[in-house]
Amino acid sequence: MAAKHWDRKDLLGLESLSASEIEFILDAAKSFSKSSKTFDTLKGSTVAFLFSEPSTRTRSSFEVAARRLGADVLGFSVAASSLLKGESLLDTIKNLEAMGVDYFILRHEQSGVLEPLAPLTRASLVNAGDGAHEHPTQALLDLYTLREKKGRIKGLRVVIVGDILHSRVARSNIHGLRKLGAKVTVCGPSALIPAGIEAMGVSVSHDLDESLRGADAVNVLRLQLERQNQNLVTSLSDYFGGFGLTAERLSRSPGCLVLHPGPMNRGVEISSEVADGPQSAILEQVSNGVLVRMAVLSLIQGWRTRRGR
Amino acid sequence: MADRLLIKGGLVIDPSQKLEAVRDVLLEGGKVKDVAAGLSKKPALKDVEILDASRQWVVPGLIDMHVHLREPGRELDETIATGTRAAARGGFTTVLAMPNTEPPVDNPSVARFVKAKALSDGAVNVLVAGAVTIGQKGERLTEIGQMAEAGISAISDDGRPLMNSELMRRALEYGRDFGLAVIDHCEDENLSAGAPVHEGARAAAKGLRGAPGAAESIMVLRDIALSKLTGAPVHIAHVSSAASVEALRAAKKRGVPVSAEATPHHFALCEDDAPGYDANFKMNPPLRSRDDRQAIIEGLSDGTLDAIATDHAPHGPGKKALGMALAPFGVIGLETSLGLALTRLVGPRKLSRRGLVERMSRAPARILGLKGKGSLAKGCDADITLIDPEASWTVELPFASKSRNSPFIGLRLKGRARATIVGGRLVHAL
Repeated sequence: MAAKHWDRKDLLGLESLSASEIEFILDAAKSFSKSSKTFDTLKGSTVAFLFSEPSTRTRSSFEVAARRLGADVLGFSVAASSLLKGESLLDTIKNLEAMGVDYFILRHEQSGVLEPLAPLTRASLVNAGDGAHEHPTQALLDLYTLREKKGRIKGLRVVIVGDILHSRVARSNIHGLRKLGAKVTVCGPSALIPAGIEAMGVSVSHDLDESLRGADAVNVLRLQLERQNQNLVTSLSDYFGGFGLTAERLSRSPGCLVLHPGPMNRGVEISSEVADGPQSAILEQVSNGVLVRMAVLSLIQGWRTRRGR
Repeated sequence: MADRLLIKGGLVIDPSQKLEAVRDVLLEGGKVKDVAAGLSKKPALKDVEILDASRQWVVPGLIDMHVHLREPGRELDETIATGTRAAARGGFTTVLAMPNTEPPVDNPSVARFVKAKALSDGAVNVLVAGAVTIGQKGERLTEIGQMAEAGISAISDDGRPLMNSELMRRALEYGRDFGLAVIDHCEDENLSAGAPVHEGARAAAKGLRGAPGAAESIMVLRDIALSKLTGAPVHIAHVSSAASVEALRAAKKRGVPVSAEATPHHFALCEDDAPGYDANFKMNPPLRSRDDRQAIIEGLSDGTLDAIATDHAPHGPGKKALGMALAPFGVIGLETSLGLALTRLVGPRKLSRRGLVERMSRAPARILGLKGKGSLAKGCDADITLIDPEASWTVELPFASKSRNSPFIGLRLKGRARATIVGGRLVHAL
C-alpha cells in the first residue's frame, strides 16, 4: 500500500524509510518524467549546497532539479566552504538558516554526521552522501531505473560488486532493494567486504562469475584508485581480472542490466564495451537522477507547506 | 570539626582483613584508630563526631586508577577541582590522573604542578601518572627518575599505544627499577586506524570503520611476552575483548606478573546498545560484542581482571555534538561507576560484596603499591566510602563533572555512595 503523503522534514537515508515511502518517491519521480517543463513548487525557497567533497554529477543533478522546481540555488565551492576552515557544520547551517536558506543538500566525508544535526535546524537536510553510510538519492535513482527497465523490484536478483567497505551507494541500495523485496548479493575481494555485512540481509560472494549467474542487474561500484596504496587491492589489473565487468563475463547473463553510480574508471571496474553496450543503463540513471531529486524536494516542500514553513 | 570520627553500626567489608561484619570504625588524626564492635558504647569516648552507618556498607575508600582530569590545558572540559568533586560524589577517595594533559606530564615540572594543584583544589587524593615517552610520541623515554622524585605513582602513555616493543621493554625495566606501575593502552594502531567503533555488523551497517578485538589482544599478548622476558610487572588498561581476557587468564596461570582493569562501560554495555551515531557511546577501546562483554564480566568475576577503573574522559558538549565519526573518544564515569558495579555485577551475583571492594579499592592499591590504602586495618589512611546498597536512583544532570558525556543518563541504578571520607574528613554526603 502506498503512503498517503510524505511526512518527513529531511531525507537522511533509506534505512529509516518504509517500502511504501520509497515507492511514494518513485511514483512522484515518474510523474515528473512526462514532461520537461519547469514548475514553481519551490518558488521562493532557497536551496544551499554544502559539499565537503568534490562532486560534479550529484551536485549538478540536484541543481538542475532545484531550478526546475523554481528554487533559488546557493552554491559553495569546496575551497571556500567554511566546513574546511574548522567552523562547525552546525554553525554553518545555523548561519545560512538565519539568512533564509530552506534546504541544505549536504555531502560530507564522515559517516553519520547529519543525523544529530537534523533535529537542531528548521531547514530540511537532504543527504547527498555521508562517508560510507548512505547516499539515498543515488539508491532511489537506481531503484527507479531498475523498476522502469524491469517493471518491478520484488523478486529481482541484484548483484552489487566492488568496494562495499567504503560505499554509501552500496548501503543505501541494500536498504532500498531489501525493503522492496529484491535479493541482494554483494561481491568483491574479502578486503573490501566489511565483516558482518550479512546482517543487512545480503549474501556475500567473492566470485563475480558465480554471482552474475541468473542475476537481473549488476550495480558496479567505482573503485577509488588510492585503495591500491592502502594495500586494499593487490593491483588495479588484478582487480579488473577478478571483479571487472567485461563483455565476456556479461555474455553469460544476457538479461542482466548494468548500473554504475559514476564516475567510471574504465578498465578498472568496468570495460568500455560494457559501459557503452546494450545492457548498460548508465546514462538513463543520470537522467532519472534529476527526476528522483525533483520528487524528493517537492515531497519535502509539501511537508514544509503543511507545517507553514 | 572534631579530629575524631566514629562510623557507627555499619557493615564493614574489608578483604584485607577478611572482615565482613557489623563494626564501629574510629578515625583519628587522619588514620584508622580502631575497628571493633561496640566502640560507641565506650564511655571514655568524648569529643567525637558520630556518623550513623546502620544499613550501610563501610569499605576502604574506592580508588579509580584511570581518570583524565584535563588540567592543565583543557580546563573547559574538566579541572582538578571539578574532577575530584565528581570522584567524591562517586565514592572515590583516590584517583590516578593520566598524563595526556596539555602539556602532557612528561617532565618533573608538570608533575609538580599537578601535585600542587591537587593539594590546593582536590577534594580527594590525586595520584599522578607520568608519560612513558616525551610528548607521548612513542620515541624517547621521559626522565622517569626525576618524575618519580617529583611524586608520580605510575607511568603510562595512555590514550596512545606504545607501538615500539623495544621501548615498551625499556619502560617495563625502568618502571620496575623506580618502583612505578607501568600501565599500557593496548592497541595496534594499524589495525584500528580510522575506526571509531568495533568491527562487526553494526559498523558495517553504519558505514563506519571498525576496529577488531585483535587490535587490542595482539598488544596484550605482546605485553605478556615482554613481562615474561623482563620479569617486570605490567598493568593493562581498559580491557575490552574476550581474547584479551583469555590471554590474561592464561598468563596469570603461568605466573606472569600481569594485572588488568576493565571499565564500567565495557561490563555494562555492548555495541548493540549504541543508538545511531550518538558519540556519547564512542570510546577507545570501543564497545564490543555481546560475547566480549560477557568475557569482561567473567574476568571481573574470577579475578582475571583485577580492577574496575572508569577511564573518566570528560569532553565538553560541543565536541560530542558532531556524531560518531568526528567526536573525540571517551566518556565520563566517576559518578556512575559504583552504581553500575552494584547494579550490574553485585546485584546479579557476578561479584560478591567483598569482590567489589577488592576490584574497586584493594587491587588498585596493590597494583599501584600504595601504602595505607585499600584496607581498614589499624593505622591505615582514614579513607572510607559509605555505600547505601539499597538506594535506587536515576543517573541525571547535573553532574559534578564539568562535562556530561555519559551514555548512562536516564538509567536507573540500585546502590550508591552515601558518604565519602578522605583522611578522616567528610568530602561528600547525601
